[in-house]
Amino acid sequence: MNTSQEFFHANKPDLYNHPDYYLMDELLTEEHKLIRQSVRDWVKKDLSPIIEDVAQKATFPMHMIKGLADVGAFGPQLPAEYGCGGMDYITYGIIMQELERCDSGVRSTASVQGSLVMYPIYKFGSEEQKHKYLPKLAKGELMGCFGLTEPNHGSNPAGMTTNFRDAGDGKHVILNGAKMWISNSPFADIAVVWAKNEQGKIKGIIVERGMEGFTTPETHNKWSLRTSATGELVFNDVKVPVENILPSVEGLKGPLTCLNSARYGISWGAIGAAMDCYDTALRYSKERIQFGRPIAGFQLQQKKLAEMITEITKAQLLTWRLGVLMNEGRATPAQISMAKRNNVDLALNVSRNARQMLGGMGITGEYSIMRHMMNLESVVTYEGTHDIHLLITGMDITGISAFE
Amino acid sequence: MKILVCLSNVPDTTSKITFTDNNTKFNTAGVQFIINPYDELALTRALEITEKQGGTVTTITVGLPETEPSIRKGLAIGATDAVRVNAEATDAYFVAEQIAAYAKAEGFDLILTGREGIDYNSGQVAGLLGEMLGLPSVNVITSIEIENGIATMERDIDGGKEKVSCKLPLVASAQKELTEPRIPNMRGIMAARTKPLKVVEATGSEKTSATVAFDLPPAKGGVKLIAPEDAASLIGILHNDIKII
Repeated sequence: MNTSQEFFHANKPDLYNHPDYYLMDELLTEEHKLIRQSVRDWVKKDLSPIIEDVAQKATFPMHMIKGLADVGAFGPQLPAEYGCGGMDYITYGIIMQELERCDSGVRSTASVQGSLVMYPIYKFGSEEQKHKYLPKLAKGELMGCFGLTEPNHGSNPAGMTTNFRDAGDGKHVILNGAKMWISNSPFADIAVVWAKNEQGKIKGIIVERGMEGFTTPETHNKWSLRTSATGELVFNDVKVPVENILPSVEGLKGPLTCLNSARYGISWGAIGAAMDCYDTALRYSKERIQFGRPIAGFQLQQKKLAEMITEITKAQLLTWRLGVLMNEGRATPAQISMAKRNNVDLALNVSRNARQMLGGMGITGEYSIMRHMMNLESVVTYEGTHDIHLLITGMDITGISAFE
Repeated sequence: MKILVCLSNVPDTTSKITFTDNNTKFNTAGVQFIINPYDELALTRALEITEKQGGTVTTITVGLPETEPSIRKGLAIGATDAVRVNAEATDAYFVAEQIAAYAKAEGFDLILTGREGIDYNSGQVAGLLGEMLGLPSVNVITSIEIENGIATMERDIDGGKEKVSCKLPLVASAQKELTEPRIPNMRGIMAARTKPLKVVEATGSEKTSATVAFDLPPAKGGVKLIAPEDAASLIGILHNDIKII
């Protein structure tokens, strides 16, 4: 598909077109397709030309925040009355897919903002909190992050030690502890932090930058998600107003509900990374001549391509169906786990096979494949590891937990 | 300022072109359609003008219901409202007549079109509209500014530029440099849901031309390599086979 954006900018190297082997576009509305094309046009115009450089230098492109907000990447599935998109879950998935097609780090920034910051405020916040934060978060005027994982509590968040107690003035609580592996933390204006109260119950609390005792040291030297900023959240006797506590949820259900929404977005996003790798490898294999003919004509390359498009097509259909269930409010956490696990795994496999097809060129920044592959090593780990999601499916079908 | 922009729905430029019905019809199976890129420039420039000095931008499309996604995109980019004339658009005279009928009834200060559709490339609608409406028509403009009811435009001419000024109302057609196309944002797409898209039936006139046949350019032939020292056989081929010397 070549819209006016490409008609007038014909020299740009981003030739991506999504594979649609089972004519899945027929399951989308015209509005879905318009949104997808708009996000793709924006990505090709503003992100593709800089993304490789940004990843190599591992600098977060702050100037892309406005563009992300304009295309509706921040909370498109939340209601328009709070300044959000008022779109359905398939639209949300499509946007995540187009962003991750470019880079998982960019998608991560949007996922965190929409699903892990805006969603809990919308779902568990008071009306005042919703009106105070959501419109600005949707516009990217405020950026947020989400604090659940701790240095000693990853797959087992229930063991968290971050806690808050009554400050004694009736107006504040005192927050202590540390969170780790937090996307967006180095520049976030607010953090939705999950911490235990004096009764040991997990509550959500909105911490704002500038509160005394709150710091966000950056995590350096990542080989993955280099376009996304990652850091810690450190709370040293931070005095937080009681009205910053999310009133409507208690327990692990709070953060897990947010993770469901984010994992759903990842299940769409990972296919985007896979489709970009496949699209690149397919084009390359038809142009690369060895032994006097395109390598696409050799059986071992065709095997790789055929398996890639088969897996991508299966994932597209699985994920579209999950989107319908999300729209109907019927998707279960276990169904979301299955899609997240399956799609990230296939994306990793596609990226590795695509990398092989490009030979030495596959390891350079001339092509997006190795960047996708390195990014996906984070995606397969965060928001529930590959193994944990398998055990969630196992628990769901047997009724027996293998965690404890 | 009341502006009318003509939007045509054309195949995406990467489409594979094939024909049906004995090579008389373009085969639309599997082809994606977009707003004609030059028309999108016209729309964008119209929006820039009304954003600066107020007014409305109406789009008009001659086309069947399947053109509505492109029309909706025009609304998402920022048009105020849209009109679709319910008829197939293949003949420039027919299209211009439909648009002229609507424009005459409504009265516009400015009518903008693309310089040509990238499908049939006839490039006639702007000129025909000027004639049918009795308005000046300026083709292939690269800039337009409006002040006190006067439009000042630049257009490319052979080896240079021409600056034209003209009293409104007028018709003008957009060339590449006119502006940069806009990408619809989420707010625009949300707003487009409720913007009016009026469907009107075509006026009575018959199409004035009919396609007899389409032909694709011949497939590229192979390259024949002749050794540098063998000039005699090259001359032989040019003389006897291709017959150009």
